[in-house]
Amino acid sequence: MTATPRTTTDRFGDFGGRYVPEALVAALDELDAARTEAMADPDFRAELDRLQRDYTGRPSPLTEVPRFAAHAGGPRIFLKREDLNHTGSHKINNVLGQALLAVRMGKRRVIAETGAGQHGVATATAAALLGLECTVYMGQVDTERQALNVARMRLLGAEVVAVPTGSGTLKDAINEAMRDWVTNVGHTHYLLGTVTGPHPFPTMVRDFHAVIGQEARKQLDDVVGGLPDAVCACVGGGSNAIGIFHAFRDEPSVALWGFEAGGDGIESGRHAARFSGGQPGVLHGASTYVLQDADGQTLETHSVSAGLDYPSIGPEHAFLHDSGLARYAPVTDDEAMEAFRLLCRTEGIIPAIESAHALAGALRIGPELGEGTVLLVNLSGRGDKDVDTAARWFGLVDDEGQARVDGEAGPGDADADHEQGPDA
Amino acid sequence: MSVLDDVFTRCGEEGRSALVGYLPAGYPDLPTSLEAVRTLARAGADVIEVGVPYTDPLMDGPVLERAASTALRAGFRLKDVFTVVEAARDAGAVPVVMTYWNPVLRYGVDRFAQDLADAGGAGLITPDLIPDEAGAWRSAAEERGLAPVFLVAPSSTDDRLRSTTQACRGFVYVASTMGVTGVRASVGSDAERLVERTRAVTDLPLCVGLGVSTGAQAAQVAAFADGVIVGSALVRALGGEDGLKDLEHLTHQLAEGVRGV
Ligand SMILES: Cc1ncc(COP(=O)(O)O)c(C=O)c1O
Repeated sequence: MTATPRTTTDRFGDFGGRYVPEALVAALDELDAARTEAMADPDFRAELDRLQRDYTGRPSPLTEVPRFAAHAGGPRIFLKREDLNHTGSHKINNVLGQALLAVRMGKRRVIAETGAGQHGVATATAAALLGLECTVYMGQVDTERQALNVARMRLLGAEVVAVPTGSGTLKDAINEAMRDWVTNVGHTHYLLGTVTGPHPFPTMVRDFHAVIGQEARKQLDDVVGGLPDAVCACVGGGSNAIGIFHAFRDEPSVALWGFEAGGDGIESGRHAARFSGGQPGVLHGASTYVLQDADGQTLETHSVSAGLDYPSIGPEHAFLHDSGLARYAPVTDDEAMEAFRLLCRTEGIIPAIESAHALAGALRIGPELGEGTVLLVNLSGRGDKDVDTAARWFGLVDDEGQARVDGEAGPGDADADHEQGPDA
Repeated sequence: MSVLDDVFTRCGEEGRSALVGYLPAGYPDLPTSLEAVRTLARAGADVIEVGVPYTDPLMDGPVLERAASTALRAGFRLKDVFTVVEAARDAGAVPVVMTYWNPVLRYGVDRFAQDLADAGGAGLITPDLIPDEAGAWRSAAEERGLAPVFLVAPSSTDDRLRSTTQACRGFVYVASTMGVTGVRASVGSDAERLVERTRAVTDLPLCVGLGVSTGAQAAQVAAFADGVIVGSALVRALGGEDGLKDLEHLTHQLAEGVRGV
């Protein structure tokens, strides 16, 4: 009875499928046909490759971080620098693919949900680039904690709609995007930002992100002449994780680690760790693990990171988890922020708080791996959007958001400096 | 023959459409909700759809979404749905439950089917469960004589109309417009066209939903459908100051509407 469950085109073992209103089935079928056809079309591939190279800036670099690794108990650590992509995260990989598909399907409008705002920014960017109308749904709470990204999307010409219902976070933004889609499906493509949702989204989004792992595998092989011993990624919906895992899935020597948002700690109940408190269920079109109560009502989640603050997870991760092909563990807000600070101070790289969960995971599993091993971390995004959150966390601003400085140069000195300028 | 078959046969013999009224269980609280389904039955609803409030109702517009969160805040528990079903049945209407899938999954598909049958429920409408994913539920329903009711939409292909209606028992839920629930100023012409396309592939009664709010609209839909489904308008009435009275008044109007009065 231990046979691995079957993976079919629309399922990952028992997970995935299509739990959607009938009204969306035709659009999902259309999308599935279009993406299958497009992926087999050399012209489509060439156009996507060109954009990835000339617009996104792929391949993204692989950076070894020895001063950070000195805190991780032995392994050499390499970061896959998705933070250096145009728009600042891995999200653009999937967005460009789907936006090209939208054009190919003759849709004139794209809609998206966003949590941290990174997917919304990437979608607004692609819409501007390709001349598509764009509406982005964002939970009310997230519009407040990621205000800078709201402004970025609007600068790019997108309409941003705040969603006050439910917990005012990512899941509610997805609900609202689904409502829009079912109403406007004729001319609108729902540019879903992670590897969840009904088939074909989980497969399609994975395929657009698989480039992360493909590049990293080759780049790492060039440097160390082999495979990593472990690969770490943070897991919100799961797109950056599946993107880097995919190239290593058939390598039994490579341990795949996904790190979920542990929030205030699992025991506090305030977290978003689906594999530490969730059960199999259905949310947003997919059968997967869901944080839910005894009645199947979705639980509210908590994370310092808006991008990981989501009660369910991509169905392929549910499959990888249950089949033991990948391992998952929660990382608390505190651990993530410590890792965030460490990378800033040791390597001069400000990571997204989401990605800091993967870094904290690397610090945790490092000692088990030990000397002479190689650890690959997906640095899924940069921390520009998180500077406000981090500044508050570390007390660099006061309650009004005004900067606190380390010291003040006296006015007398400044004047003196001036008088003794270079001409003196 | 199931009670659903009976009710549509009887309405057919009376030369009218059935009035199908939707109310969420536990809205605005459980006692009022019990009174509300009794009122609905007394005032002329033939079939009552008892809705399960859910945290993520992605097919619902603002009225039903707000009602769901009100009910949840008032302490709705899933098992309460069976109490409401019983009340509807005892008041003389034929109750069916309408629910998003996850609550049923969590409760246990077989256990839910059993408890629904025991409470006198006639079937289950599943807005986010298509027949393709409904294997377990369809067998559980068949075993207990419950009717699985699936939705068809304007975007359904003829092939899907055929396969979906083949999986239905009792009636077919014709979601007449693309979009979420909510009252609409006019009943779109999409509805009639979809009913025609669906009739071509099934003999089951066709109930049309999404948007009806007045007796006149009900009459308009009754001219081409076997059942007229009203949801948001009833919930809005119930949510007002004189909720139960307004609900009764609106239901009377709708009942006259389906009789072409
Ligand atoms: C930088 C970054 N990393 C990770 C995530 C989480 O998403 P996923 O798990 O799909 O990669 C987000 C989502 O907003 C993000 O912005």
